Amino acid sequence: MITFEDVVKVYPGGATAVDHLSLELPTGKMTVLVGPSGCGKTTSLRMINRMVTPTSGRVLIDGRDVAGQDEALLRRGIGYVIQHAGLFPHRTVLDNVATVPLLLGETRRTARAKALELLERVGLSAGFAKRYPAQLSGGQQQRVGVARALAADPPIMLMDEPFSAVDPVVRAQLHAEFLRLQQDLGKTIAMVTHDIDEAIKLGDHVAVFRAGGHLAQFATPRDLLAHPADDFVADFVGRDRGLRSLSFDTASDLPVKPVDGLELDEAGRPLGWPGPDGLRETGGVFTKEDSLRVVTDLAIRSPVGIAVRVGPDGAADGLVSHHDIADYLASRRS
Amino acid sequence: MIQYLTNNADTIWLALQEHIVLALLPVLFGFVIAVPLGYLAVRYRWLYQPLINTFGVLYSIPSLALFVFLPVVLGTKVLSPVNIVVALTVYTVALLARTVADGLRSVDPVVVQAATAMGYRPLRRLTGVELPIALPVVLAGLRVATVSNISLVSVGALIGIGGLGQLFTRGFQLFYVEPILVGIILSVLLAGLADLAIVLVQRAVTPWTRAA
Repeated sequence: MITFEDVVKVYPGGATAVDHLSLELPTGKMTVLVGPSGCGKTTSLRMINRMVTPTSGRVLIDGRDVAGQDEALLRRGIGYVIQHAGLFPHRTVLDNVATVPLLLGETRRTARAKALELLERVGLSAGFAKRYPAQLSGGQQQRVGVARALAADPPIMLMDEPFSAVDPVVRAQLHAEFLRLQQDLGKTIAMVTHDIDEAIKLGDHVAVFRAGGHLAQFATPRDLLAHPADDFVADFVGRDRGLRSLSFDTASDLPVKPVDGLELDEAGRPLGWPGPDGLRETGGVFTKEDSLRVVTDLAIRSPVGIAVRVGPDGAADGLVSHHDIADYLASRRS
Repeated sequence: MIQYLTNNADTIWLALQEHIVLALLPVLFGFVIAVPLGYLAVRYRWLYQPLINTFGVLYSIPSLALFVFLPVVLGTKVLSPVNIVVALTVYTVALLARTVADGLRSVDPVVVQAATAMGYRPLRRLTGVELPIALPVVLAGLRVATVSNISLVSVGALIGIGGLGQLFTRGFQLFYVEPILVGIILSVLLAGLADLAIVLVQRAVTPWTRAA
């Protein structure tokens, strides 16, 4: 657990970066610090590994004040990932990843063996090991950055805008991989972003900061969307938060109507909706595991306003229209 | 020419050896002194300008004046090779301290920050991360310093110690062109070889600059 106890950071010149922050980041969970620029989120993050010293207040890791600990040793036990990865240009990918194990005194051989294992973990083949960072794409560099942070298996990871320098397609891919990785590893993660969608997608908890270093709200993504603490948070979370909150519920309880009017193949898989000019695409299908947001989107995009549900074998087993979704949401509320 | 070479092979060989020692020893000393100075100029930003200015002034002192003046300061004999080595070390430091500082300043701050956050202590970060990344810039400065030293040694001949430069003084005194020619050719060859050696070392130790 990482604890901020009434932490204040005032820079020489008088600017307050962090204003009486008290916050607990639970062990094994991912907490995302989000807010507009100048809200103190990065400053707060860097207090955890002593890159920034608080003006007053304490930061504790599992009850131990970080201020009393040797800086270098503390940092070797905390993974660190930054925007643009910050890889060492003069070292191969493998040696970049082996950095912290080597600092911890492991032999080059063991460190490299670990590094190779981690490269695989983050989805890079051994063929990348001998390359230099300049020979990688932005997304690949960021993967190496994550591998480097994980190399010594630290219980804590700090991530400062780790995915904001890559294009949206690669970002979505990295998000998915990272969530899978975190599910396996269960690290205590503090991540900073200015992107509320990323915060809601990745965080177990989200801490929303506002300008001047105030914590506006600390909540689960679901609570944040459903019950924003004030106008600032509501505004920051965005106007379509009602729609977005549908991401947190699956379609498992959503009632469906029997399949009717849909053209199917021999195996019962949907082919399309019959129309005056032939078959029209269904625009996709959903399963019970998909979120209500996916179902709603499908219904909106469907040429007939109906989303198609399929079973594990891909055969259509139910239909849902906009109206059905609206009725279901209304019944849930009452 | 051939006649001159065969008759004076021993003298020329000694002069060449002396030239190499007098030119390269200061490169070594200068480098060792310039690295910490360059680092300080980056670490404490206010030091950068005064340091650069001081070395700019030092570099502008004519070499002959320095050769003559140093015995007074150091208490060495006027004919001691130490004067040449110290003078050329001063020039080397003047050139390299700035190069090292500029090289270190060229390192991406994000990379330095990442190294710090990963648990590097300052000295190991300097030797393991910052200097290696600054190496292409530093080695470029080292090439200039080395070639410049090789040509400056000859000036020492005017005060009696100057490696191949002694061939020039002898030639002028005797109105004899061969030693002058041999001196010039050997100096140029030596400078070229030294330069090439540094380029080869650079290629070997900075493979990453050719990646991408």
